[in-house]
Amino acid sequence: MIPELGQFALILALLLSVLQAFFGIAGPALGRERWTAAVIPAVAGQFVMVSTAMGCLMAAFIGNDFSVRYVAENSNSALPLFYRIAGVWGAHSGSLLLWIFLLACWTLAAAIGTARLPRNFAARVLGVLGTISIGFLLYTLITSNPFVRLDPPWADGMGLNPILQDPGLAAHPPVLYTGYVGLAVAFAFAGAALLEGRLDREWARWTRPWATTAWAFLTCGITLGSWWAYYTLGWGGFWFWDPVENASFMPWLMGTALIHSLAVTEKRGLFKSWTLLLAVLGFSLSLIGTFLVRSGVLISVHSFVASPGRGEFILTFLVIMIGAALALYAWRAPQMQSEAGFELSARESFLLFNNILLVTACGTIFAGEMAPIISIALHLGKLSVGPPYFNPTFLVSMLPLLVLVPFGMHARWKRGGLGERGRTLSIALAAAALIGCAVAFGVFTGAGILSPVSMTLGAWIILASLIDPIDRLRRRIAIPRAVLGMTVAHIGLGVFVIAMTAVQGFTAEQDVALTRGMSARDGGYTFQFERIKPLHGPNYGGAEAKILVSRNGKPVTVMYPQKRTYWVQHMVTTHSAIDINGGSNILVALGQDLGDGRWSFRLQVRPLVLYIWIGALIMAAGGLLAITDRRYRLAESRETAAAGPLPAAGTGS
Amino acid sequence: MSRRAPLGALMLTLLALLAAPFAHAIAPTRMPTAALEARYERLIHNFRCMQCQDESLANSPVSLAADMRRQIRQMLLAGDTDQQIRHFFVARYGYFILFKPPFVLKTAWLWLAPGVLLAIGTVSALWVIRRRAALVAGDDEDEFLDDGLTGPRKHP
Repeated sequence: MIPELGQFALILALLLSVLQAFFGIAGPALGRERWTAAVIPAVAGQFVMVSTAMGCLMAAFIGNDFSVRYVAENSNSALPLFYRIAGVWGAHSGSLLLWIFLLACWTLAAAIGTARLPRNFAARVLGVLGTISIGFLLYTLITSNPFVRLDPPWADGMGLNPILQDPGLAAHPPVLYTGYVGLAVAFAFAGAALLEGRLDREWARWTRPWATTAWAFLTCGITLGSWWAYYTLGWGGFWFWDPVENASFMPWLMGTALIHSLAVTEKRGLFKSWTLLLAVLGFSLSLIGTFLVRSGVLISVHSFVASPGRGEFILTFLVIMIGAALALYAWRAPQMQSEAGFELSARESFLLFNNILLVTACGTIFAGEMAPIISIALHLGKLSVGPPYFNPTFLVSMLPLLVLVPFGMHARWKRGGLGERGRTLSIALAAAALIGCAVAFGVFTGAGILSPVSMTLGAWIILASLIDPIDRLRRRIAIPRAVLGMTVAHIGLGVFVIAMTAVQGFTAEQDVALTRGMSARDGGYTFQFERIKPLHGPNYGGAEAKILVSRNGKPVTVMYPQKRTYWVQHMVTTHSAIDINGGSNILVALGQDLGDGRWSFRLQVRPLVLYIWIGALIMAAGGLLAITDRRYRLAESRETAAAGPLPAAGTGS
Repeated sequence: MSRRAPLGALMLTLLALLAAPFAHAIAPTRMPTAALEARYERLIHNFRCMQCQDESLANSPVSLAADMRRQIRQMLLAGDTDQQIRHFFVARYGYFILFKPPFVLKTAWLWLAPGVLLAIGTVSALWVIRRRAALVAGDDEDEFLDDGLTGPRKHP
């Protein structure tokens, strides 16, 4: 009964999303106020229906209803309650429902957040979001309905993919999807501006909080995924340039470009059509990412959701959505010229180069991502593109970008130049170079040429971010939240760069075979294999080793790396033991039984690796801090006062 | 609980034999010299496993990968150059085995893409800036631009 209720709710949600799209787009276009007003109830109704469907699927998981195919395939009565809930998004159909649910949440938030904006504009935003809902609801109902029943029901389920049975990964999809779907809101704002044929600074100010929030969630989602990969995949890596990782990284790069371009549009009324294009491309890359992951055209670590037939639907949806947006763009964008000017050394120029470099990096990854597919399509043979391609080509655009960051933060608008900040920045650079070289050559050993350079850049970015807040504090001027947010986010970037450099340049790693009592040395630490014992989990067994870690004869820590065998899926996963010691991460992963009491281990000492994720989280925190700036709230209420009854702007022309 | 222990051990042994994509190979080897060890590490990281989804030979748990690692070790010990080892594997498995696509006619576009994109971007940016710089004189927006954030201090 409950699954049927969920199915019914989904169908109603589809009908409501059609109404939402129709009223939202046709109402303002034809100047029918009652149609326009009907959008809000449609949004609310859709939210209730989608939440009901989500609740029904969750109930089926919690209640172990193995007559539902999706539950039977992705859960098991031995699965702990937490993972039965996370199981909802453990595979394809459910993660689509999660996508739809988050879209409904964002749409509701957008309906509330745009309530103070001009009514026609708000309706158009919700209308565009409605068209996205239609696509995803149709997709779910036609190709991947999670409520399909089994007859007869199974006695027990097949269980959840063991790699998903981890708190980090259980949280990863919802957070990442919140970011993906958030880009849909930025896209909808762009769509509404295109439909209206009007784009001004107000628009940029309305859009910024949404774009920044989506970006912050995307940042957190990618960080969670990377952290999870580090401690479960058993090899202590944190980024693999895996096709699915790239699929989430490309929208992030576009989103980063978008939030910087929006800053210029809000401040100077410039880069209007470029900002719109970025909003369209950012969301398109989310859709392309979804398509690439779901369609099975990619060979990836993450392809557990591959299902070739479903790809065609997304591809069609993708072509319609992106095609319509780009056509509208080609028609409207030329009308959105601005007459503002700026010099080569102005902040506008630096932000323009920021965008060029970010988009180049994104395009490079896209080329690497598509090359294997193109190569097969053109009968040029199978091709692999991995880290040896992505690492150097990514640096080609990222190193110049890092050099430009301090200038971009301090250059003056319009007329350009650094003013009195020039001297401060030079001092900061000298200090950063000292710190960078001291760390690269003093603290660590064996630095190449790249390590001191990028350490210096990281330190310079941090110091440069601090100049403005310190200046304001000294002069007792208030620091607006937007400035504080920018400062924090750029400090996060600096921390990230330094950590990344340390990890790339100074990791000590080796695989060893040990018998009980034997020890090995790695990165200045001694690892002694004490014992191994069997492991008993709720739905897994396995082995756990005990490793005594010491340094210069003094005990540092005791580590328990595990190897788990999940009964239901017959799958082995590695749970590395990780210890954080003086800024370094010590990682021990348990390998296999080599016979005669010998076991293999991976020992790894990675300096500062923790700060890669901390840096990324600081960036996200900076974004969230920036959107609490007063002007985003003030601006809206002033708008309501000024707006009054609005004429139906341009009857669709 | 103890009832499960032998079963656990059995399963573990069984599963060690099966190719499970998420258990990575942790394969201790020692080459006679540090230079050979470094070359070995680099090679096994830059070849892909032919049976896994997106794994290097270094991390692949399947037996084919173990054989290939052994082959690389032997070739290194026999004095083959990296080039020769690459040729050996490409001849058998095609370019697919290389994580680093070769620079040949078919793949040149991939290697040129970053540079071309960057060049196009830079040229268009400079073009935009040149056009905008000409507009500075006619643009009278000035007053609120530097909100104490940078540059000349204004007195209210």
